[in-house]
Amino acid sequence: MPRTLPEPFAGWFASRGWKARAHQLDVLEAAQRGENLLLIAPTGGGKTLAGFLPSLVELAASPREGLHTLYVSPLKALSADVARNLTTPVTDMRLDISIETRSGDTSPDKRCKQSEAPPNLLLTTPESLAVMISQPKAAEFFQTLQRVIIDEVHAIAGTKRGDQLALCLARLAMLAPDMRRIGLSATVAHRDAIRRYVADDAAIIEVAGGAPPEIGMILPQGRLPWSGHMGLASAPDILTRIAEARMTIVFVNTRAQAELLFQELWKLNDATLPIAIHHGSLEMAQRLRVEAAMADGRIRAVVATASLDLGIDWGSVDQVIQVGAPKGVSRLLQRVGRANHRMDEASIATLVPANRFEVLECEAAIAGVAAHELDGDPPRPGGLDVLAQHILGCACAAPFHPDALYAEIRTAAPYADLDRETFNDTLEFVENGGYALAAYDTYRKLFRDSEGLLHVMSDRVMRMHRMNIGTIVEAPVLKVRYMGRGGGTLGEIEEYFVNMLRQGDTFIFAGRLLSFQRLRENVCEVTDGGEGEPKVPAYEGGRMPLTTNLASRVRAMLNTPSLWRNFPEPVQEWLNMQTIRSVMPGRSDLLIETFPRGDRWYLVAYCFEGRNAHQTLGMLITKRMERFGMQPLGFVATDYVMATWSATEPTDLARLFEVDMLGDDLEAWMDESSMLRRSFRHVAVIAGLIARHYPGHDKNRRQVTVNSDLIYDVLRKHQPNHILLRATRADAAAGMTDVGRVADMLSRIQGRVRHIKLDRVSPLAVPVLLEIGRENVRTNDSDEALLEEAALIAEATHLPEPRQGRLFG
Amino acid sequence: MTAAPLHLAGERLMLDPGGCLHWPAQRMLVVSDLHFEKSTSAALRGALLPPFDTRETLAQLAGHIRKYAPRSVLCLGDSFHDSKGAARLQAADHARLQSLAQETRFIWVLGNHDPTPPADLPGDATPEHRQGPLVFRHQAQPGRVHGEISGHFHPKASVAVRGTNITRPCFIADGYRMMLPAIGAYTGGLDVSAPAIATHFPRGGRVFLLGRERLYSFPIGPSRPGAARREPEPMPLLTRG
Repeated sequence: MPRTLPEPFAGWFASRGWKARAHQLDVLEAAQRGENLLLIAPTGGGKTLAGFLPSLVELAASPREGLHTLYVSPLKALSADVARNLTTPVTDMRLDISIETRSGDTSPDKRCKQSEAPPNLLLTTPESLAVMISQPKAAEFFQTLQRVIIDEVHAIAGTKRGDQLALCLARLAMLAPDMRRIGLSATVAHRDAIRRYVADDAAIIEVAGGAPPEIGMILPQGRLPWSGHMGLASAPDILTRIAEARMTIVFVNTRAQAELLFQELWKLNDATLPIAIHHGSLEMAQRLRVEAAMADGRIRAVVATASLDLGIDWGSVDQVIQVGAPKGVSRLLQRVGRANHRMDEASIATLVPANRFEVLECEAAIAGVAAHELDGDPPRPGGLDVLAQHILGCACAAPFHPDALYAEIRTAAPYADLDRETFNDTLEFVENGGYALAAYDTYRKLFRDSEGLLHVMSDRVMRMHRMNIGTIVEAPVLKVRYMGRGGGTLGEIEEYFVNMLRQGDTFIFAGRLLSFQRLRENVCEVTDGGEGEPKVPAYEGGRMPLTTNLASRVRAMLNTPSLWRNFPEPVQEWLNMQTIRSVMPGRSDLLIETFPRGDRWYLVAYCFEGRNAHQTLGMLITKRMERFGMQPLGFVATDYVMATWSATEPTDLARLFEVDMLGDDLEAWMDESSMLRRSFRHVAVIAGLIARHYPGHDKNRRQVTVNSDLIYDVLRKHQPNHILLRATRADAAAGMTDVGRVADMLSRIQGRVRHIKLDRVSPLAVPVLLEIGRENVRTNDSDEALLEEAALIAEATHLPEPRQGRLFG
Repeated sequence: MTAAPLHLAGERLMLDPGGCLHWPAQRMLVVSDLHFEKSTSAALRGALLPPFDTRETLAQLAGHIRKYAPRSVLCLGDSFHDSKGAARLQAADHARLQSLAQETRFIWVLGNHDPTPPADLPGDATPEHRQGPLVFRHQAQPGRVHGEISGHFHPKASVAVRGTNITRPCFIADGYRMMLPAIGAYTGGLDVSAPAIATHFPRGGRVFLLGRERLYSFPIGPSRPGAARREPEPMPLLTRG
């Protein structure tokens, strides 16, 4: 039986020359049966419309007052775009359906109107939803809710924003028991985890992939670089490709790379093709201008970071160029999918490796895409910091009983395994800080009444909470603004970078060459132009590590010489040379080369576990080398290998790489590491220990604000098992230190360490040796060593530094 | 921990990497900006910071006292984060401080945070303390001084080395005056290039950054207030990698 849409929808589709797609009808039918759903479809599959169809059909059949459907997307811009796209059919069909958006930008006036007269369809973000949930009126506002649509589930599940949204959904399910859920997702590696994130009983409707993408690769003319990640040498070819296409997105891996490549392209851009830049540190207005220009087809190319990974469909993008390592198959597919948002046409993409290892990685990624081998980590358990924020939000809405809240929270997938003790500890943190010293009884945020219900202590607590909702914590940033009255703001850069600038120093930002003039409060004042070698701001956490899947593909390629002839000539030579001078890293062993060079001994371990894991490993290995008397001097980590250098020859490597290194050394190092401090800052902000915003102009703010590092040190010493420290360690283990990957590798390679002693550097080791000096891994120990060095130089030269802007330059 | 000697107004003073100062001739220990009970002060405003700061700072102070066995301990002001801080001390912390102050003579120089003497604790309170050629006050006085030792500003300094910036609390001194770093567990700092500090050292001087085992000393040049024009590049002390 041919299935059709009900009128007036069938007519409207026909009037546009469209036919409802099978998955759209499937979603409609399943939703009408009252099922929870996860729709998995590639980009361009009409996913969003499919998600809204059931609600539109219901509301067209029986118009009503009140909130019917809530749409949540990680991107504010996406909500606005979807609202526009929905308004067209609703107006065309003259449906009596009200549609509104709500985000941090919505005026208080409009928000007020919305709570009095809720729209039928409300489009919002996880943060705005969390604010709504914390209102005393939440129960009334959401009681009519029938459906929630969660867009881009693949991008949000497993993140802290995802944790927050899951908790809000658990709350909504309680306020509106009839509510059903529809999740919309791109193709993902961990389908079942994503399905459970949407709902425990959600059914999956999957749309088969569209046309496979066509992915090519271009190499820089001339010598193939041994190292470097910027890919600037390929700028001429990139420009040629841009000129051949209608509109290109040039994706890069870091903001610094975006700035540099943008400069390089414009140096060559004699035809003055309109090329723009887009990244997360640029002023929002600037980003929106670029996006609008893309929508109108006014530009030919945009150099972008992950800031354009998600987002509205720019139908006119017909080419994607990825410069630098793709890092993962899923990520590459996501980016490639930005070109040609029509499912049945192939997306066209070009990879531009910046060095020889990246050539291998690109080859592996292309093979991975062809095999449709998706990667990425499964969603991790929910963060306790987010839980703390949510608990206080719930208390702001209405008094609650801990038993009931605990039961409710366990219905959120990320918290399904939360044990009661951890919940109690988190609750206690919200109540009174949860410290071993009962110091804060008088300052508690929640109090218990005689029936065991928890209430918020004061309006002030509520106000503070609502101002600080959200789980995105930026590094401390400073605004970049032109000097002089009314100077325009260009965006934000991280404070630590500005701290290294002196007056007159030049740097590249927002696609401009700027000269630093001075720092005024939280504004970095600049002028155009300037002389000298410009610096480029780098950003915390800007780099993601190579995925496990891609790493094993690279490994497999190295072990299959028959594949090599497909590689570019210089790569073939390089690999052949390696087999002559040394050996290839095996599929399941750990190849370690040692060789002398200058007055040092080098150790190169081919682990292929990604940069973060290698950094952790480097730290642990050098500590062990120290204990074994090998006098380690330093280490460097790339996505593929970890290398150390030492004063004496490293021997007995099997013992060096024994799995027991994960014991005390790890704990001790982790606690001291800057990564843990950074994690702690995020946790402390999200959990509400450190407020980002204070009501009104609180002139006492400086007295309340304490540097999170100081808090961390004190807490670690006096209550090492405090809930926030537990949350911090969990975060760091999963993310920046990648301890899990180190542990897996160490247990895998026991008894399989293959030590090759060489008399000089091997071809495969050259790239990592070239990284030495570019990468600085900081520990407190090395801080002391650096200070020592600086003091020594100062003593020898005895030259005072002028005190202008900064003390030392 | 190795203390470094420094001469001020003809007196030999030992700067300790722990942030305190010892005057051997007088067997006097000087500490500044302890900010006891900063956590409970923040808690009053809604931020429930870990309430162990007083305990931690006290442990530091007790360590310094043990090390130098001074005849007197001079606290350079802002010993408490606010004037009611002493009243909020936990019983155990109070007892500890009480016993320290009974064993050694405490001189409480008053600061802007604690303008009144700490209630219920032994010791002498004074707006400023003179001893020999030295004068101890919370906040440096503008203009010429000779032999002034103060706190208040929580000086810190940054050293750019090999592409990173290392920031530490520090002593700052010229031949005429010296400022002590804050040693409270929750005290932040103000960069020595900030005008509030720089103005007191118009001829430049030296900073001593606190390290784990020793101090790291660097000379600093004269301040050039209002310098906005581009000066010729001075000889780089350190180059960034």
